[in-house]
Amino acid sequence: MNTDVLIVGGGLMGSSIALQLAMRGFKSIVLDKQSPGRHASGVNAGGLRQINRDPAEIPLTVEAAKMWRDIESLVDSDCDARFPGQIRVAENEADMQKLQQRVDLVRSLGYQHEEIIDKKELYQLVPALAPHCVGALICREDGYARPYHALTAFRLKAESLGVKYYSATEVNSLRQEGEGWEVRTSKGMFKSDVLVNCAGAWANNISTMLDEPVPLTPTALMLMVTERLPHFVAPVMGAASRKLSFKQMQNGTLIIGGALLAKLDFATEKTEIDWRKLAESAETVSHFFPQLKDVRIVRAWAGIESYMPDNIPVISASQSFKNAYHAFGFSAHGFQLSPIIGKIMASLIIDGKTDLPIEPFHISRFN
Amino acid sequence: MKDNYQLVIIGGGPAGLAAATTAANQGVCCALLDEQPTLGGQIYRAIESIPKQRTQQLGDEYTRGKPLVTAFRESDTEYYPETKVWSLNKQREIGVLYKDEARIIQADQVIVASGAMERPIPFKGWTLPGVMQAGAGQILFKSAGVVPDNGVVLAGSGPLLLLLAWQYLHAGVDVKALLDVTPLSNHLLALPKLPKALLAHHYLTKGIGYQIELKRAGIPLLFGVSDLRAEGEGYLQKVSFKHFGKQKNIESELLLTHFGVIPHAWLTQSADCKHQWDDSQQCWRPEHDEWGNTSLDGIIVAGDGAGIHGARSAEHAGRLAGLEALFALGIISQTERNKQGIQDRKWMKDERYIRPFLEAYFKIPQSLLATADNDTIVCRCEEVTAGQIRDAVKKGHDNSNQVKFFTRCGMGSCQGRQCSNAVAHIVADEKGESVEKMGHFRGRPPVAPLTLDQLACLNKELI
Ligand SMILES: Cc1cc2nc3c(=O)[nH]c(=O)nc-3n(C[C@H](O)[C@H](O)[C@H](O)COP(=O)(O)OP(=O)(O)OC[C@H]3O[C@@H](n4cnc5c(N)ncnc54)[C@H](O)[C@@H]3O)c2cc1C
Ligand SMILES: Cc1cc2nc3c(=O)[nH]c(=O)nc-3n(C[C@H](O)[C@H](O)[C@H](O)COP(=O)(O)OP(=O)(O)OC[C@H]3O[C@@H](n4cnc5c(N)ncnc54)[C@H](O)[C@@H]3O)c2cc1C
Repeated sequence: MNTDVLIVGGGLMGSSIALQLAMRGFKSIVLDKQSPGRHASGVNAGGLRQINRDPAEIPLTVEAAKMWRDIESLVDSDCDARFPGQIRVAENEADMQKLQQRVDLVRSLGYQHEEIIDKKELYQLVPALAPHCVGALICREDGYARPYHALTAFRLKAESLGVKYYSATEVNSLRQEGEGWEVRTSKGMFKSDVLVNCAGAWANNISTMLDEPVPLTPTALMLMVTERLPHFVAPVMGAASRKLSFKQMQNGTLIIGGALLAKLDFATEKTEIDWRKLAESAETVSHFFPQLKDVRIVRAWAGIESYMPDNIPVISASQSFKNAYHAFGFSAHGFQLSPIIGKIMASLIIDGKTDLPIEPFHISRFN
Repeated sequence: MKDNYQLVIIGGGPAGLAAATTAANQGVCCALLDEQPTLGGQIYRAIESIPKQRTQQLGDEYTRGKPLVTAFRESDTEYYPETKVWSLNKQREIGVLYKDEARIIQADQVIVASGAMERPIPFKGWTLPGVMQAGAGQILFKSAGVVPDNGVVLAGSGPLLLLLAWQYLHAGVDVKALLDVTPLSNHLLALPKLPKALLAHHYLTKGIGYQIELKRAGIPLLFGVSDLRAEGEGYLQKVSFKHFGKQKNIESELLLTHFGVIPHAWLTQSADCKHQWDDSQQCWRPEHDEWGNTSLDGIIVAGDGAGIHGARSAEHAGRLAGLEALFALGIISQTERNKQGIQDRKWMKDERYIRPFLEAYFKIPQSLLATADNDTIVCRCEEVTAGQIRDAVKKGHDNSNQVKFFTRCGMGSCQGRQCSNAVAHIVADEKGESVEKMGHFRGRPPVAPLTLDQLACLNKELI
């Protein structure tokens, strides 16, 4: 099988890159060892979050947010995206100070998307919140979408522009032939001019094949979801000094997360729920919303994500080989970035450069 | 309740009762957990408390439960009623909801004797109020003596349907009709399996006896019924169907359906035991060896939860599982286990002669397994129709789990119990593949919902 660009990994990153390449007339093939969206991209919490990002990610997240606003024009589906804002609640003055420092930092970088709201506005926005909170940090443009729907929309749009997906096709080895690539997979040989590593939690396998191993830690993150409830909270909720992240989805269910880790057997890809940690989460939710204590949890699950030691991704060309690129290591916040990553990578591959500042994400930082 | 047991048995039906009694009588510290308020499982439900007259209406199979329960009560097993198991993993940590508090207990050996559930079949109108599963009718009768007072239509397939009709007849219920949807072509297919079935002929004679009694009582028994529909504005008003090419209706506000039973495999699925598709029983069941050992160390299955073989067989399998646990715990030797198991193994074999015949005879037709009516709701919790499922397949979602991700079918509060199989059948039908290839929904805990407050209790003990 021959193509211009071969993309390893049929998650959102691989799909978004394939789509942008196709829009610029480049052919690509996306390989996935399982199926598109089987891992992080299909099972994540769907948070579209600019708030509280690493400063290096701010220029990217702001561009991504613009794309999400108008996602329908890109993928012909609104991906069920909603933008009710995201909040980090302060429970005391120390929390407030912490949040103020954050706003100062964001402002100093020339951005305005995060701001402080006082107690009065907080309770106007979230009347159901327990009465002890004192204020909050807010990003009014933040929100959420439905991850597997988004992934499917990206895939269908890419396919409509000629991108080919191969499921159950695992990349086993790579070889540079001239300036192009010969890639051996469980379903035979693929050849391409360019290779892109979007293998998520398995990306280090691919970068090791490219002689540039990275300190990536595959990590299983847990989420739980409740039965449907009448709508009582619009913004996505977080807290300044507690592990909390939850949102009420369009259908009324609550998705509760907060970067809690499940047990992971990476070799077999089996995850096991750590109920004691989820119990803490349950307690935190009830702490902020005591009226939820009798709400039933119907399901818990874990998804496998790639973490880098500095919690920011690798977005760069390979430093060892020509015509190889990386986009992985999103450390639990890649969903929101995915549309812009497609654009950035397509420019890197086609133009050899991009307008956004991606130096902090270069793979050479781990040399 | 302790934090640790040598053996925990989940389920207090014939399999669980026999397993617990066997193990406890040889000195094992064991606990039996069951979410029901009374012992006996599905078949012997409420056997300790039921009034005598109702016992007679239920028939003599029911009274077989008495000695089982008595022996169990005399053993030293700790029994926890109204105790839900909501999680099980391969370390044999068992998530339990007991007295409204979640806790996690640890067992060296676990016997899952979780029994069976009725096979949900989505057909046109099945979600209308007034349409229920026959088992629900039987449960109400067994546990509370409640019977339909305004007449009932029974429809579906399988021995339980006939049994319920017979039980209702004896309780004075107006059974308007029994509509048997078993395709007549099944009779021919089952014929070669008849000789072996004759080795367990008491089941056949019993079934025929029920039919004769029902006919004598003037209850219409219609065989070869197709195109079953429940119709009405807001609630059930009539049942319509085809019989020998003719369209027919019966007015009724209650329709009880039954389409056979399938293993209650949610716990073993969420523990990630290996499961296999059983083509003859048309269901997924945990893989296990002749003692009930699953693919996971120390997790043993027994009874209908391991594959459908009926109540008597469940009792024998329970005893064998109890012996296996004793062996695994180092209490008896392998030779001793084999010796003590001989009699039950023989009886179990005798019991199972009838199964291949029953399975072929009552095989559910493809038209019911994978409804062609696109408007029929398949997942009631999330209101996903057959059409949406077929559509998801057309969009490239290649198996049950991908279709679940896309449509949310199976993500509601019943966690796919009601639609898991139907989705697999419809996806397989749409793709022209085997159900086996389409897979079952990945088991996601909790197996039964629990509240935030109940879950938060887990950490109380740490304080
Ligand atoms: C539980 C959870 C909650 C999250 N919540 C959020 C959130 O709210 N907001 C947010 O912005 N982000 C969130 N994230 C992070 C986000 O989901 C990820 O950063 C993002 O989906 C990463 O996309 P990806 O395409 O890089 O990875 P993936 O979706 O994991 O895709 C990688 C793919 O590569 C395939 N692959 C791997 N190796 C090979 C090989 N050798 N050959 C072929 N294929 C291969 C895999 O099968 C996989 O499908 C969350 C993540 C998790 C797990
Ligand atoms: C609705 C229904 C009615 C039936 N009626 C008859 C009948 O009248 N006659 C007949 O011959 N056969 C009947 N059967 C078939 C019958 O279930 C079996 O043949 C027999 O009961 C199997 O015994 P068992 O021990 O394997 O399971 P069961 O008798 O089903 O016992 C399983 C027990 O496990 C418990 N359990 C399951 N999961 C959990 C959990 N997560 N936590 C705690 N407890 C749990 C259940 O509450 C149940 O009490 C019926 C089946 C069903 C589904």
